[in-house]
Amino acid sequence: MSEKVLMKGNEAIAEAAIRAGCRHYFGYPITPQTEVAAYMAKVMPKIGGTFLQAESEIAAINMVYGVASCGLRVMTSSSSPGISLKGEGLSYLAGADLPALVVNVQRGGPGLGGIQPSQSDYFQATRGGGHGDYHMIVLAPASVQEMAELTVRGFELADKYRMTAMILADGTMGQMMEPVSLDFNVAPVPEKPWATTGTKMAREHNIINSLYLKPDELERGNFARYEKYAEVEANEARYEEYLTDDADIIIAAFGIAARVSRNAVNEARKQGIKVGLIRPITLWPFPKAPFKMAADHAKAFISVELSMGQMIEDVKLATECRVPVTLCNRAGGMIPSPAEVLAAIKKISEGGND
Amino acid sequence: MSTKQFLLSGFGGQGILFAGKLLAYKGLNAGKNVSWLPSYGPEMRGGTASCSVIISDEPVGSPIVSEPDILVAMNLPSLDRFESSVAPGGIIFADSTLIERKVERDDVTAYYVPATKMASDNNTPTLANMILMGKILKVLDDFDDESVTAALSKVISAKHADMLEVNKHAMQLGADFE
Amino acid sequence: MVVFDRPHAMLDVPLHYCPGCTHGIIHRLVAEAIDELGIEGKTIGIAPVGCSVMAYDYFACDMIEAAHGRAPAVATGVKRADPENHIVFTYQGDGDLASIGMAETVHAAARNENITVIFINNAIYGMTGGQMAPTSLPGQVTQTSPYGRDPKLCGYPIKVFEMLSELEGPEYLERVTVNNAKNVRAAKKAIKKAFQNQIDGKGFSLIEVLSSCPTNWGMTPSAALKWIDEKMIPYYPLGVYKDRSAEKEAAK
Repeated sequence: MSEKVLMKGNEAIAEAAIRAGCRHYFGYPITPQTEVAAYMAKVMPKIGGTFLQAESEIAAINMVYGVASCGLRVMTSSSSPGISLKGEGLSYLAGADLPALVVNVQRGGPGLGGIQPSQSDYFQATRGGGHGDYHMIVLAPASVQEMAELTVRGFELADKYRMTAMILADGTMGQMMEPVSLDFNVAPVPEKPWATTGTKMAREHNIINSLYLKPDELERGNFARYEKYAEVEANEARYEEYLTDDADIIIAAFGIAARVSRNAVNEARKQGIKVGLIRPITLWPFPKAPFKMAADHAKAFISVELSMGQMIEDVKLATECRVPVTLCNRAGGMIPSPAEVLAAIKKISEGGND
Repeated sequence: MSTKQFLLSGFGGQGILFAGKLLAYKGLNAGKNVSWLPSYGPEMRGGTASCSVIISDEPVGSPIVSEPDILVAMNLPSLDRFESSVAPGGIIFADSTLIERKVERDDVTAYYVPATKMASDNNTPTLANMILMGKILKVLDDFDDESVTAALSKVISAKHADMLEVNKHAMQLGADFE
Repeated sequence: MVVFDRPHAMLDVPLHYCPGCTHGIIHRLVAEAIDELGIEGKTIGIAPVGCSVMAYDYFACDMIEAAHGRAPAVATGVKRADPENHIVFTYQGDGDLASIGMAETVHAAARNENITVIFINNAIYGMTGGQMAPTSLPGQVTQTSPYGRDPKLCGYPIKVFEMLSELEGPEYLERVTVNNAKNVRAAKKAIKKAFQNQIDGKGFSLIEVLSSCPTNWGMTPSAALKWIDEKMIPYYPLGVYKDRSAEKEAAK
């Protein structure tokens, strides 16, 4: 393993993207993800890559669409309000089956909201964000190391399935520094015979398109895409379990909320409460299996979120509503403390399944 | 098992984040798990800047320090804001040039270092942070030339390598302050 | 004997355009330019949203369908993916280029992005059935300006070149039309130059083509061509609005 260096999460994403072979980055400044752009602006010109500050988030995602059409690894990054602007492009990328990586270092909303960490774009990320039937692969890092590793994984999955992969981080993950090892393997980029790189007068023209005016044709495309999504759901769900085997209470949390919850779990265990943690690493596909299994022995679930309660719906679906699921949350840029999570655990443990 | 949670706070421009990085690298070099988390936003430009650093034998859970074992307050607003959050038995380091009052709690240990004045007397007015760092590491019994040099060489870019000795000297001043 | 033949860069498929529409002529001019410059194998075209939305089915080169107004941003990505080997053009209408996509147009021009933009100005939204466009003339009756475009209510038409020519960025801006044989020849020359500029690495070249829409103007095709002469050209004068290389040459 190579020497570990201290890096900010945002910088780790940028460096990992470069190591994954991404040579095109387009973005627009927004807090708290600007370090990604700053890093790219510094490095890309030195390695023959492209960094371009676009005139808008809308332009940036469409530049991504252009490079993705040519079959190259490409990315953009932003934070919540900027991701809303990219929503149109995300839908088009999905409709044209183009691989790309999009990073959302979330901040509180709605509207201009604030600039402090949040997880309130969960619905937007896992349900699509733009119009139409589609999904993105959504990856939720909980450490700087994962910011790097999931960036690489995101590019690989995007290419494998011709989908957009989104890193759904938050301001804390973007801003914090932790030791990170950048010594990882990158799978070779698959052939992309569909890419628009010029016919060289040697083949029929390729068309990148999401317009199908005949409804039966459009329906066929959507059905085919959802068969692909089923494959992703079957193969790519990732999660981490912590002390769940004997747990009466299961906490569901991702990203920064999972880090806070882990502290609370440790403290609760010291006090003799059997509590465990399931941390989804992929938010779409949502890792249903561990929740379904845990629902066989757990008495209650607590969804810990930096939002008004979004992932909790997936937890309820995954547990098939067999066990009560409560919410422990802060919103608007506030982060629950381990003590708050512990209090929620104790309330359940002491019999309060209201 | 040991975990140390630091909260460093001061004006933007006092080198709070830099000092935090030094602590984090020192921990990393010693084979510990570390995290460094800055406050971010408009305070970059003059308001209060703070920074959470955790150094632990265990994997770091939440990187947010809400109950610090060690508080470093480089101005009065920082002491006012965070004094009550320090864990019982914790330590507070205050820059007594800029903070005229004493720590009010009696369940913590307080050290007062006139770091800003010392830095100025030393003709390195921007290194009050490093003077405090020297004192902190000394109190924590973690001040030795080798590990300090190693950590400094990580946080000072090669371009500014000449600053290494200057920083080290400032830290020594702090370590020697009684 | 001269035989009227289809340019290689145009596919042998029926176009969906209305009778009397000039899109077909302009498609052909673009395809001829691609043929004559021998660049079909490296050309990637970007189709817009609007009447020419299905242009991707008509050109033989690789084609990409962009979101409404975003063609210059998509083209920027495609060009920068391989600047040495990609020849990139966008084909956009007035709503696409001068309304919803104005930011993308202005900034691609300001960056002197090395692409070729073909801008069809027919002063109306054709695909959606004849609504007011950013370039509809004062007094022009459309579905959404049924009493005639009133500048007090909905502002004045946007003169794209009069605006863009103030920028330092763009290389070449020329307004042409295709309402008679002579004008078609001039349009062809301009379009070809816009591609040649890209091959030579000179930068952003935009050709505005005043075009007719007999269906939505409610005119016969011949009356529509006449309307270009009588109404459009006085408001949107033909000519070269910027030719940076020529200016440099002249300054020597």
